[in-house]
Amino acid sequence: MLERLAAPRTGGLLALAAFAALLPLALVNNYYYDVAILVGLNAIVCVGLNLLIGYAGQISLGHAGFFGLGAYGSAVLTARYGWPPLAALAAATAGVTVTAFVLGRPILRLRGHYLAMATLGLGVIISIVIATEDRLTGGPDGMAVPPLAVLGAAVQGERVWYWIVAACLLAAVWIALNLVDSPPGRALRALHGTEIGAEVVGIDSARHKLTVFVVSAVFASVAGSLSAHYSGFVTPSKVTFLHSIELVTMVVFGGMASTFGAVVGAAVLTMLPQLLTVLKDYEMLVFGAVLMGTMIFMPRGLVPSLAALAARVRA
Amino acid sequence: MSALLVQYLVTGLTVGAVYALVALGFCIIYNASQIINFAQGEFVMIGGMAAVSFSDIGLPLPLAVALAVAAAALVGLALEKLAVEPARHAPVVMLIIITIGASIFLRGLATLVWDKKLHTLPAFSGDAPIGFFGAVVLPQSLWVLGVTLAIVLLLALFFGRTLLGKAMLATSYNRLAAQLVGIDVRRMLFISFGLSAALGAIAGALIAPIALTSYDIGVMLGLKGFAAAMLGGMGSGTGAVLGGLVLGVAETLGAGYVSSAYKDVIAFAVILAVLFFMPSGLLGVRSSDRV
Repeated sequence: MLERLAAPRTGGLLALAAFAALLPLALVNNYYYDVAILVGLNAIVCVGLNLLIGYAGQISLGHAGFFGLGAYGSAVLTARYGWPPLAALAAATAGVTVTAFVLGRPILRLRGHYLAMATLGLGVIISIVIATEDRLTGGPDGMAVPPLAVLGAAVQGERVWYWIVAACLLAAVWIALNLVDSPPGRALRALHGTEIGAEVVGIDSARHKLTVFVVSAVFASVAGSLSAHYSGFVTPSKVTFLHSIELVTMVVFGGMASTFGAVVGAAVLTMLPQLLTVLKDYEMLVFGAVLMGTMIFMPRGLVPSLAALAARVRA
Repeated sequence: MSALLVQYLVTGLTVGAVYALVALGFCIIYNASQIINFAQGEFVMIGGMAAVSFSDIGLPLPLAVALAVAAAALVGLALEKLAVEPARHAPVVMLIIITIGASIFLRGLATLVWDKKLHTLPAFSGDAPIGFFGAVVLPQSLWVLGVTLAIVLLLALFFGRTLLGKAMLATSYNRLAAQLVGIDVRRMLFISFGLSAALGAIAGALIAPIALTSYDIGVMLGLKGFAAAMLGGMGSGTGAVLGGLVLGVAETLGAGYVSSAYKDVIAFAVILAVLFFMPSGLLGVRSSDRV
């Protein structure tokens, strides 16, 4: 038992759980809760995206599209068709699973920048369709979403939502850590290193890439559905190309191929604009400069660079 | 050919020429370094906005445009020196994030230097439309097409006839081999950023009288330029021009005959379809005629 606790996998997960449990002590008002929830939702997407980018080495510049499909799937089914929220969430997730599965096959045959282009195109198409079909989605103005309800009881308020999102994030991290340490995870890392080499030793690279693509899309979609119900409102701004770029940036900034790096990246880059709002006009300038500076001075990302630094200090 | 079709083709080629210039910028930096420069669209924005500023303080239009292009080239060179060069050994994906950071930084800078309003530049030679096979052509469209053609020819001469151009081409074929024959590949990367920025700025100044300009026009134009470069096959100059024109015409025809709200969807759907069947773009496999 003790050995299992000391293992990086269980140990890290426990540390994250402890952090999530103690964090409310520092959250003095609802605004802090709100930021923490936003961090959690972005972190769920990033943990999934990191499986795709960090471990499988396949870039996606369109994950905001899957986030949007989840958010608008839940929003449209509950607000326009009166579905119960959990059924809508399940249906939206199922829809994204099928979409990612069907489109993933031809898209993942592409490599490198062509893959980036195709995923980007997919994301842009989803975002324009959502912004244009205004009778269903409210168009650029967005639409209201009914609150999440479990067994008829509405789930509302930042404090309740904090625990829901924290539980979902822990589940996402747990799934990701297990996937990475399983035979499919090792296969993914092998094909990240050399795809031809992986295929020569008998790894079905197309199947593994598709699996991780679908998993990452589902993470994004669930986070989207939760986000829609939490804020009670969806707008196309979370579905844009810029949001896709933000998500990739969080993963790379935190440190690729590090699940906790993805969580830290999401946390820092979600909070940074909140902190920078005091700078008003200089917000974009500083955000861009921080992004460039981190990448120049910590080219492996925040968490791996800091871990290396800590190891050097200890030695 | 109906007048309407001619009209769509002329408009499409004009837009496509701008995409082609942006795509060429992507291509030149990609060839020198394998980096996709996501700040390419911001060079377009700087070109347009700076031209407006210089023209507003009373400078004659040709001078204003020339200064704007020079300013953008300086920004491009500074970007390479200050942000890309120090991270030379980082993996390509990090370099791409750096250029994303640079694009956000430049947009932020633009809101401070200028503002968040829309600006317009006077047309280079009047607004009187010209009749052409029943279609109406703005003189500015001719400027866009003419200047793009001139630039493509000049680039072909530059890469085919001058030592510097050949050295850049050699670097793009094989970096190590180029270094071994004495080419300063780091200087090639430096120059490629200046050249790309200048190309983007020219595109920005050319399109400003037709499409207005503001601090954030670079996002969509950069995206379309990237798409055009990929459509043609990344790294191929001929492909970039072809990709830009095909993209411009496809989206204009889509807007005209199908739905103007869905013109960008049509553009990207065309690209996805092409990539599904030709996974390295229209001209990507041919590596012998790179610009």
